Amino acid sequence: MRRTVVTGVGVVAPGGVTRDSFWATITAGKTATRRITLFDPSEFRSQIAAEADFDPIAAGLSVQDVRRMDRYVQFAAAAASEAMAESGLDLDAIDRDRMGVSLGSAVGGTTALEDEYVVVSNHGEEWEVDPEYAMPFVYQALVPSSLASEIAMRFRAHGPAAVISTGCTSGIDGIGYGHHMIQDGRADIVISGAADSPISPISMACFDAIKATSARNDDPAHASRPFDRDRDGFVMGEGSAVLILEELEHARARGAEIYCEVLGYASRGNAYHMTGLRPDGLEMSDAINDAMAQGKVNPTDIGYINAHGSGTKQNDRHETAAFKRSLGDAAYGIPVSSIKSMIGHSLGAIGSLEMAACALTIRNGVVPPTANYENPDPECDLDYTPNTAREATVNNALSVGSGFGGFQSAMVFGKVKEVGE
Amino acid sequence: MSARTVITGLGVVAPNGIGAATYWANTQKGANGIRKIDRFDVSKYATQVAGTVEGFDATEYIDKRLMVQTDNWTWMALAGAKLAMEDAGFDAGSQEPDRMSVITASSSGGNEFGQREIQSLWAKGPRFVGAYQSIAWFYAATTGQISIKHGMKGACGVIVSEQAGGLDAIAAAARQIRRGEVDAVLTGGTEAPVGPYAITCQQHNCLMAEGDDPETAYRPFSADAHGYVPGEGGAILLAEGLDQARARGAEQVYAEVLGHAATQDGTTHTAPAADGHHYARAIQLALADAGVGADEIDVVFADGFGTPEADAAEFTALSTVFGSRLSSIPVTAPKSMTGRLYAGGSSLDVATAALAITDGYIPPTINVGTSAFDLDVVTEGRAQQVDTVLVAARGIGGFNSAMVLRRVSE
Repeated sequence: MRRTVVTGVGVVAPGGVTRDSFWATITAGKTATRRITLFDPSEFRSQIAAEADFDPIAAGLSVQDVRRMDRYVQFAAAAASEAMAESGLDLDAIDRDRMGVSLGSAVGGTTALEDEYVVVSNHGEEWEVDPEYAMPFVYQALVPSSLASEIAMRFRAHGPAAVISTGCTSGIDGIGYGHHMIQDGRADIVISGAADSPISPISMACFDAIKATSARNDDPAHASRPFDRDRDGFVMGEGSAVLILEELEHARARGAEIYCEVLGYASRGNAYHMTGLRPDGLEMSDAINDAMAQGKVNPTDIGYINAHGSGTKQNDRHETAAFKRSLGDAAYGIPVSSIKSMIGHSLGAIGSLEMAACALTIRNGVVPPTANYENPDPECDLDYTPNTAREATVNNALSVGSGFGGFQSAMVFGKVKEVGE
Repeated sequence: MSARTVITGLGVVAPNGIGAATYWANTQKGANGIRKIDRFDVSKYATQVAGTVEGFDATEYIDKRLMVQTDNWTWMALAGAKLAMEDAGFDAGSQEPDRMSVITASSSGGNEFGQREIQSLWAKGPRFVGAYQSIAWFYAATTGQISIKHGMKGACGVIVSEQAGGLDAIAAAARQIRRGEVDAVLTGGTEAPVGPYAITCQQHNCLMAEGDDPETAYRPFSADAHGYVPGEGGAILLAEGLDQARARGAEQVYAEVLGHAATQDGTTHTAPAADGHHYARAIQLALADAGVGADEIDVVFADGFGTPEADAAEFTALSTVFGSRLSSIPVTAPKSMTGRLYAGGSSLDVATAALAITDGYIPPTINVGTSAFDLDVVTEGRAQQVDTVLVAARGIGGFNSAMVLRRVSE
């Protein structure tokens, strides 16, 4: 069986737009949530978000890149450049026919689509909108496949390429689809991860409508409160993480520095409700069990659980139940945390940021905390690593995602072991 | 556990027919589903024709409560899923939920639903955005709704690679079956891109045919090719492990998904690369994956993009793969009758190829007129034995994908 390892990580996130600043933010327990500045949020129920202070030109994009790419694609381009540089891959030396692209996005180019709509519809007045007023790259905003095209172009990747769009599990699933490309022998290198930039009026309005987002507008810094008794919904975020996946022997042959191995990936549908979760966590637990079994990882081998931890009432209860169902008593002894407490919930992108956090946790031996954890909830009774990072040797890290559509995904990263070890 | 994946059910919702039987009868005789758009005033738009699904009554397939929560794109997929399972004699309710999944291709999501809600937001304010926008517009809505409706709890997926997505989704389904994760997958895709804003967005890719004549707008491989025409609909297919399908006594086995590969041009955010190099490579890799020689292909279901440049690139790619034998291999693009359906397009091609194998009939490419290439473009349907088919697809933005389908002998 071909094995997949991570050899590069790049990040654009709220609180810091590089891998190092991302790591500094999430290990300091600093929250990047604030009143929205990207548009005037005063008419909205939720007026807060975790925004990335991103300058595309400073990140190395050309002015033409910026015109062509919606904000989420710009994030991914910057993150991919950082990841590629760290991997040490020489694009002129490798077989780029064997380099694939697998990136997740939940809502793709909605930001640009909405901006253009406002103009072509004359502020929502005309249904038969006027095409004369649209910008030339509006088709690239319509189809999220543009994300994979742009990243393939940027690195002249000619292997298989796709965007995976499974809502809020897109990040884990994007990496998982890339992992399968390597396992099956369709690629030796995959630029994987996810990107989303959903801090726009239509995305905020649609979560307002179902009261999924926090309305703690008077205290944005403390609004994202996963597992805390007083949580009232998630706080929107944005960003991208890109992980360079590589076949183990390919990485070894060129002396690459390896973060960790993709030990297991699994997903389930709850086949229950587009947004609702049953409290028993059954399907998420099935995905966790499957991912752990693929990696031959036992509950006591898990040193860190990076939770979905969105901060909605139902989610945090649901996944706490799933962890207990899968890990039994061991669940109580494993540090759990939600980095959404600090960088918000960037929909499809967040899974990639969470896997980046797992890779960094394994390498650096530090578990990031759950910020804003003050009041225990009797239904959420695990060790959520409150507020302060912890040093710990983490050989294996588990991360999970849960999304609209009923999708539940789990992925296990671990230090590379020799066969038989 | 079966390593082999077969197609056992077809659920077609296409501009030239709803249901596999009606669609196939119309496709065999070359019935055009491209029409002048009449659901809104098209005078502002350069492209005024599209493949539109007429006479589709969603209430025949789904209840009204679900209809208000979903876009037309999802209605057609829910209908396709129901038709595919009926066609296959597959009762999802009697299967193990963990052993079934849903993997669809998606491209532009819930266009009309989304336009309506954005319109409300900007005309009236955020409080006028409805509760279902959050679950109707996004690209995963169709997979999620099908999985919930039919109790399918295996790993679900949504794959986006423009028009190549259908092949990539069906291939992902086959790989999932091969890994032993599930026994049956509802796969394929649909698209609903015929609304004012969606057409506006497409117009700006500058690859569509202008004008209002349905008979001359979309002419793949023609000397008069001048762009493609968009269309709505697609196909949902039931893919099963061969052993599982036989064990449950499947109604029929249309074809085996024998091999697949995908590549990226890596040079374009719009039209396919002119040299066809990576497109040829996708086809060669798919043949290798299938363990099939180029000389075993009985017919090519081509991408047939419909611009002179993209058709020339496809001709170059096919020449690379088939060499001097190319002029004697039948090539067809039945999508000339439906327009390009994006996520639904290559899904429908696979359904059509499966029917061609089953019935021994190559459906035509219509409106070609004078062919621009030394190709055996099938312009009148042909009754002939079809055992092994190549289905090829390209997506705007450099996506190339190819799949080999083969008859399964008893």
